[in-house]
Amino acid sequence: MSRVAVLKGGRSLERQVSLRSGGRVEDALERLGHAVIAIDVGRDLVERLLDERPDVAFVALHGRDGEDGTVQELLELVGIPYTGSSPGACVRCWDKIVAKHLMHDAGIPTPDFYSFSATAFEELGATKALPAIEERLDFPIVVKPACQGSAFGVKFARTPSDVPGALVAALSYDDKVVLERHVAGRDLAVSVLDAPDAPQALPVVEAIPQESATYDFEARYEIGATRFVCPAELDEAVTRRAHELSLAVWELLGCAGFARVDLMLDSATAELTVLEVNAIPGLTETSLLPQAADAAGITFEDLIARVLELAAGRRLTAPRT
Amino acid sequence: MGSRRTTAGDIERYAGLFARRTHGLTSSAMRDLMAVTNRPEVISLAGGLPDTSTFPPELFSSLMSKVGATSSAQALQYGPTEGLPEAMDCIVAVMAAEEMHVEPDELLVTTGGQQVIDLVTRTLVDPGDVVIAEAPTYPGAVPVFASYQADVVQIDLDDDGMRVDLLRETLDRLRADGRTPKFIYTVPSFQNPAGVTLGLERRRELVRIARERQLIVLEDNPYGLLRYEGEPQPTLYALDGGEYVAYLGTFSKILSPGLRLGWCAAPRPVLQRLNAAKAAADLCTAPFSQHFVVAYFREHDWRAYVRTLSDVYRRRRDTMLDALAEHLPAEASWTHPHGGLFVWATLPDYIDTTDLLARALRENVAFVPGRSAYLDGRGGSSMRLNFSGVGEDDIREGVARIGKIVREQVALYSTLTGQAPVEPSARRDAGSEAAEHDASRRSATVHELRARRASER
Repeated sequence: MSRVAVLKGGRSLERQVSLRSGGRVEDALERLGHAVIAIDVGRDLVERLLDERPDVAFVALHGRDGEDGTVQELLELVGIPYTGSSPGACVRCWDKIVAKHLMHDAGIPTPDFYSFSATAFEELGATKALPAIEERLDFPIVVKPACQGSAFGVKFARTPSDVPGALVAALSYDDKVVLERHVAGRDLAVSVLDAPDAPQALPVVEAIPQESATYDFEARYEIGATRFVCPAELDEAVTRRAHELSLAVWELLGCAGFARVDLMLDSATAELTVLEVNAIPGLTETSLLPQAADAAGITFEDLIARVLELAAGRRLTAPRT
Repeated sequence: MGSRRTTAGDIERYAGLFARRTHGLTSSAMRDLMAVTNRPEVISLAGGLPDTSTFPPELFSSLMSKVGATSSAQALQYGPTEGLPEAMDCIVAVMAAEEMHVEPDELLVTTGGQQVIDLVTRTLVDPGDVVIAEAPTYPGAVPVFASYQADVVQIDLDDDGMRVDLLRETLDRLRADGRTPKFIYTVPSFQNPAGVTLGLERRRELVRIARERQLIVLEDNPYGLLRYEGEPQPTLYALDGGEYVAYLGTFSKILSPGLRLGWCAAPRPVLQRLNAAKAAADLCTAPFSQHFVVAYFREHDWRAYVRTLSDVYRRRRDTMLDALAEHLPAEASWTHPHGGLFVWATLPDYIDTTDLLARALRENVAFVPGRSAYLDGRGGSSMRLNFSGVGEDDIREGVARIGKIVREQVALYSTLTGQAPVEPSARRDAGSEAAEHDASRRSATVHELRARRASER
């Protein structure tokens, strides 16, 4: 039995999802016989960690602070082993610009993109480059904040006149934005679960929008408007390729514990591309990682037990001095 | 194993059990955003809260003791579905203060005003039936209409309230399609969320339409007594005499929302059906709350407390209007409420206030995005600002923060569209700047960049 601190909530926009993820993790940990210390992350986080001195911290936070490496950095400093990826890997996953550049440079297919900060527009005249971007990416263009989870601020620009408004919206969430070529096709997710020998890619989940075709993009982000199928009905070769790509990205970004890789299967070219990697995938009853684990015969408790065990046995990152 | 097929674990299992009418009630990005507004460091102009700290705690405590000492057994017991007769006397008094004359047997005591909206919709609306509402409408009514699968048609309003001329046109159009609305839902005084008040002539016209076409109007009047300027307007209920107007009243804004005490005055045949629906919903409204109000009304001047509230809220409204004038850019507009709790501000259409809320939360300030007041996706550039629930310093600071980010976004958009005003320090003259705004700019720039790119290869 271990004393496990479950870190959840916080002040990110994904607070609600995180509270649900955390609540479910707490239940599973209790069923597994661990002593749970539930912490809604706030100003007293470090103090509580120092007071409670848990054996392990289970990080069930989503979004800013939890998924961007901040909390992981604090856990390193106070010397408490924790679940999931290190600060470095979290940063690489969280910032879509960093992740996409790394993928691009490593030859992992990711939709064409350009990225800008607000200051590029305000002080470097990036506006003048917009027409060129629009020409190269082709409409529709996906505009999203560089760092934000749960599809907050993701906009779909159908014409040049949509782009400025989409940029203003995306820049509400972050100081940097990604303009990305829209891939029309099937929406897939591969969850990867760590293991002592080698990470395991779980069965592919497909998200199928239930609305009419014209709403295909928006429907992805409306809960209830989407049906999930796992394992996705795919050719064996496509499944294999999705798994290969996901494990390659996992390796590239240096993930640990668990992660979810979002991919698109282009309906025109049948090519797979990687959209992004989530360092702390949702663990709610609707989330994709638990569904994929279930399809692989791994119960939620097994999943939590495995992630916890890997965390407890892992050394913290060496001091960067 | 490979052929094993799961269609999403747990949730799918339950999802199949949920009634279709709940499908419109799923979680949305906006709801997740609103959840963050409750954090203590956030100045929330998002609530619809009265300031209950203005009610003297000693008085609250003595009323509680009084209820305990004199009515303990009844307060702890079930009560009649229609409400306690003594509570109805209080309601008759509140309605009389707005020149409405009602008999106790025309009243149904409810669990907050919200229950009236629920009961009326439940009683009148079959899936697909038309309900008329204002555009924007009370955000809290939206999930009620959605859960009974009403087809809501929203009528635009202006500074003088609902555009009754548009209402007439809409009713004609619906009639041509063979459709008759089940009821017209309106907040005529200090509307939630827009803050505007229906003018006298429009009030008369609305009642005339209801009578001519034999339609029920549900008049939601939580704030009528909270007037800070201008002359009181007759309620629709008073103009109609209670034949076609069902009236929703509440103690929430004149006393306390924690009591969950509201009421409905309606034509008797409608009331009977509402009573049956209420019995099914919750048997009766908490007798304890009713006894509390009775005790309060017996020995205290409730109208004096309403005057106190009005004085506090008038100052807060003025503070908010001053702050908006100081901090919002010229591109924004907002309403000037003569009472109630809300100002409705509208920004340029390229600003989406749901996204703006995310930005605002980074500055620890919140408001209600306008889209929550529409069922048709409109309202994206508007916001509801509450001035009753926060002190004057917080109103000033909250509006200043909102103003700052709105000005930033206006400036950013200007930059992105190339319409930024020429800065005084800029060397180039306005003529050359204007020339660059020409449509040819886009393709010209593309060629330039492409050429450079090609030469690099």
